[in-house]
Amino acid sequence: MIIKQISIFVENRPGRLAEITDIIAQNGINIRALSIADTTHFGILRIITEHTNQVEEVLKKNDLTVSITSVISVCINDKPGGLSSVLHVLADNDIQIEYMYAFVSDSKKDDAYVVMRIEDDLRAQEILKAHGFYGLEIDE
Amino acid sequence: MYWQKDIETMDRAELEALQLAKLKKLVDYCHDNVPFYREKLDASGITGDKIKCLSDIQYLPLTTKEDIRNNYPFGMFARPMKDIVRIHASSGTTGKPTVVGYTQNDLEMWSNCVSRLVVAAGASADDIVQIAFGYGLFTGALGLHYGLENIGATVVPTSSGNTEKHLMLMKDFGTTVLVSTPSYALYMAEIARDIGLDPRKDLKVRLGLLGSEGCTLEMRDKIEEAWGMFATDNYGMSELVGPGVSGECTYRCGLHFAEDHFFPEIIDSNTLESKGEGELGELVITTLSKEGFPLIRYRTKDITRLNYEKCACGRTHARMDKTVGRSDDMIKIKGVNVFPTQIESVLVSIPEVGPHYQIVLKTVRHTTDFEVNIELLDASLLTKYSELEGLQKKIAHKMQTVLGLNPKINLVEPKSLERFAGKAKRVIDLREK
Repeated sequence: MIIKQISIFVENRPGRLAEITDIIAQNGINIRALSIADTTHFGILRIITEHTNQVEEVLKKNDLTVSITSVISVCINDKPGGLSSVLHVLADNDIQIEYMYAFVSDSKKDDAYVVMRIEDDLRAQEILKAHGFYGLEIDE
Repeated sequence: MYWQKDIETMDRAELEALQLAKLKKLVDYCHDNVPFYREKLDASGITGDKIKCLSDIQYLPLTTKEDIRNNYPFGMFARPMKDIVRIHASSGTTGKPTVVGYTQNDLEMWSNCVSRLVVAAGASADDIVQIAFGYGLFTGALGLHYGLENIGATVVPTSSGNTEKHLMLMKDFGTTVLVSTPSYALYMAEIARDIGLDPRKDLKVRLGLLGSEGCTLEMRDKIEEAWGMFATDNYGMSELVGPGVSGECTYRCGLHFAEDHFFPEIIDSNTLESKGEGELGELVITTLSKEGFPLIRYRTKDITRLNYEKCACGRTHARMDKTVGRSDDMIKIKGVNVFPTQIESVLVSIPEVGPHYQIVLKTVRHTTDFEVNIELLDASLLTKYSELEGLQKKIAHKMQTVLGLNPKINLVEPKSLERFAGKAKRVIDLREK
């Protein structure tokens, strides 16, 4: 459920994101999920892959500022109310989410995943598991 | 250690008597040999024998870079070409370069001045020195070259550029001293780490003779830490002779002038009035010994202050502070005088960002937009946007404290700002004039 996420500092200029994803692609690495938010001059690109350490290494070699953070992945039902059921559990337990993003894994299965950054992720994991939720398990 | 102990530790009264005698001779020498000075001196009516004490120098005319340019190329030479054995020229980023000529005696004097400062900084005949200044018309490389050979050091004239080759030779030769600009020293250390060399462990460089551009204490600390070396600052400019005008001893409490050859004064850049010991202002230098290209009261545009106290090292010659900046480099932003070195000193105190920076000035709706681009190094801040915003605020606040201005701070990717092997150009002024 707790997985590793790579954060990359990206300057806002045309083509920069393509250059960075090229580096990842050239190393034969598949991106499972990503999110990017921006300010006027820069953004933080967040990526989930199955090869976190390798991605970190190649990006650092290309002079990028990169860090690894743990995040929680939770599988939810891809139907109305699916997301709010998870958020209620967290809210009831006074757990704050710093940021989150979502992706659909397989439309046939009615499953979707949310990735959340939570300060005390171990406690959140325990509570979510107790409520029957599960997440991605990525072994490197 | 001294190179010319008798002169370097000379009693001040004796030194001043020597300076006065040389100054009187210089005035007549310039009058007789340089039309530019003849005209000026005739107009003021001053001759050598009218100068009774050193402070009378204030009655002599000032010389500017513009004057030298106006007499391009050889108009201010005091000797015919048969006596001139070397020509150098300034980089001349705008317009014609300033051209200077040396007689054989000038070259000897110059070498001895450089030898004094490198010995004062701790170099000796046992050292292997790599010179990372560009060779050519620029005085930096050849000045240090001959001064170091003069003390018996082994000189490796690697010149600037091809940093990786520099590092390879440095490792293979066991080089112990590096001559470079402060920013190139930092850049070299970066490249060394990129190619898997730890300058502290894998290289033997123990001493840095840095010059040709200003170096703040904070930047020096960074260089020393990156290299595991002791770094000293030296000062000079091609118009005066090149490097060798002043340099730090191992106590590093100011740069000792070669005062028997270069007479320093401080003036107010605006009123042109003389300022006293310890007062900040523009450095003005009179060359007391030069034959080929003598200068009376040359305005260096460098801002510093003077100290005449005898140094702990035993030297009696006046010291100048590290230059605060150049009145040329000084940029006026919203009516405030800003020296790039002030910005540098703020940045090197903030470990989350790199020491390289770029100042961008633009006119937006009739007012000046002041932005500073800085490289983000600390990846731990990527967890939250608020951390990066907090860093931007912290830097802006420090700038506000130092400059009295509140620039917009832009974080950029590491190594995205241009690196400079020579003098760094850090200001992009796009303001409407």
